[in-house]
Amino acid sequence: MTNEFILETHGLTKEFAGFVAVRDVGLRVRRGSIHALIGPNGAGKTTCFNLLTKFLKPSAGKIFYNGRDITARAPADVARLGLVRSFQISAVFPHLTALENVRVALQRQHGHSFDFWRSKSVLDRFNGRALELLDEVGLSEFAKTPAVEMPYGRKRALEIATTLALDPEMMLLDEPMAGMGHEDIDRIAALIKRISAKYTILMVEHNLNVVASLSDIITVLTRGHVLAEGNYADLTKDERVREAYLGAGHG
Amino acid sequence: MAALTDNTVRTTSRRIIGDEMIVFILMTAVLAIVPMTGIYPYFVMQGLCFALLACAFNLLLGYGGLLSFGHAMFLGTAGYVCAHALKVWGFPPELGIVAGVVAAALLSIVTGVVAIRRQGIYFAMITLALAQLLYFIYLQTPFTHGEDGIQGVPQGKMFGVLDLSHPDTLYYVVLGGFLFGFLAIYRAINSPFGEVLKAIRENEQRAISLGYKTDQYKLLAYILSGTLAGLAGSLKVLVAQNASLTDVHWTMSGEIVLMTLVGGLGTVFGPVAGAFAIIAMQQYLAGFGQWVTVIQGVIFVVCVLTFRRGVVGEIAHYFKRSL
Repeated sequence: MTNEFILETHGLTKEFAGFVAVRDVGLRVRRGSIHALIGPNGAGKTTCFNLLTKFLKPSAGKIFYNGRDITARAPADVARLGLVRSFQISAVFPHLTALENVRVALQRQHGHSFDFWRSKSVLDRFNGRALELLDEVGLSEFAKTPAVEMPYGRKRALEIATTLALDPEMMLLDEPMAGMGHEDIDRIAALIKRISAKYTILMVEHNLNVVASLSDIITVLTRGHVLAEGNYADLTKDERVREAYLGAGHG
Repeated sequence: MAALTDNTVRTTSRRIIGDEMIVFILMTAVLAIVPMTGIYPYFVMQGLCFALLACAFNLLLGYGGLLSFGHAMFLGTAGYVCAHALKVWGFPPELGIVAGVVAAALLSIVTGVVAIRRQGIYFAMITLALAQLLYFIYLQTPFTHGEDGIQGVPQGKMFGVLDLSHPDTLYYVVLGGFLFGFLAIYRAINSPFGEVLKAIRENEQRAISLGYKTDQYKLLAYILSGTLAGLAGSLKVLVAQNASLTDVHWTMSGEIVLMTLVGGLGTVFGPVAGAFAIIAMQQYLAGFGQWVTVIQGVIFVVCVLTFRRGVVGEIAHYFKRSL
């Protein structure tokens, strides 16, 4: 049975010592779509994100992934089910080369990761696939460069390549454009558009131009709860959404 | 931890293997000719035991990012068990060594399961607490002979043929043990497991998000480190012919940290250089009595302030090589 919605939450709530960061959020992400989560600062987007990937435990509510209740699963388990996240601050392994970064993701699924008596040359058989993935995000030339020496935008692309290596069903991108210049934004946006043909994507993003051009559906959060949901054109007409953004100093 | 482990900048992997191979051959050659040079072999053997110990510690801290402040417990436990097996049970030396190593391995499994769930300073504190616990147990149990320690441990004949009471034979057996441990660690660092371990050290959250159950990898690193520290403990008994409380005391754990940091954390050869530097200092500054500790402290402060990568780490950084 395939559900229409790959990810669903019911009454998702997170309290931090009396402060409710996320309140009763019901989110439904349609399979194959690009779904964006937006809202002013402090609206609970990142908290919500951490709840979905199990990096935080919800205070109440349930999370279903492919119809399966994942509320009580460990973060590494969720990743193994095919729900893989990125991080707001670029998450690469700085002193590994781009190729090695991708290979670390490939090697997990194929075993040998506990083999401390083998030479790492057994990992060379993943090089072909790793190069393919690097090529897919336009990083072939950086294969042998340590991630720490790569420009910021390229690190984000590397992060996506590493995520793709897990062959996920769904990707959660936490502010993929944060801290980037124009060129990088265009490149990463094109990349996200391209990979969305194969994967469902849920992203948190501040850059409204990016959200407008990429997303099929947008959920607006304010003060921890869902304010509105719809496509970009509908939402721009919504009085409450305009108010929430203007009130928070965005325009 | 990031600041402590920035020795690991890697360029192309081919050249690194070349550099490391050359230094390894040089190191082995120098160590192999020691008995012919007239250098006091006891000093070098002691150095080799500490070098192996520091290398095992470096596997955990330099590559796993875990600071254990109780590593003396593996050295001491293996030492006591090995000494007891040789003296009381009359084990041949090869089995005595194995007994010590197995004891250290079991201890690392038990303490690892307890400690590995915590990170940073909490991990260090738990390992210190466990080591102190063991110290008091060893102080009280009869088989260790408390303050006296196990003295006059017979060295015996290894495999029935190698007479370890002969200094040269003993030297090469200890050297063989050291090289075995050193290469085992080198292999672990450069294995598929080592890659995951480095990834966890660099960014644990990201490793989790890639589906790695990071605690299991850290536990394996801890067990490997403890077991090899145990090998150092067994060898040390054959060299010193005794096992005492000194080897389980927390100051020993501190010295292990010192050796590794002075030599170069997260470098392959740093702990070896560091161990010999500290041992040499204790040997040649022995005339200053209690002041040795003060001198060591000053050196440690200078090291942290001016050459934080350690001796080998700074050299490697200067030449942009990985050693």
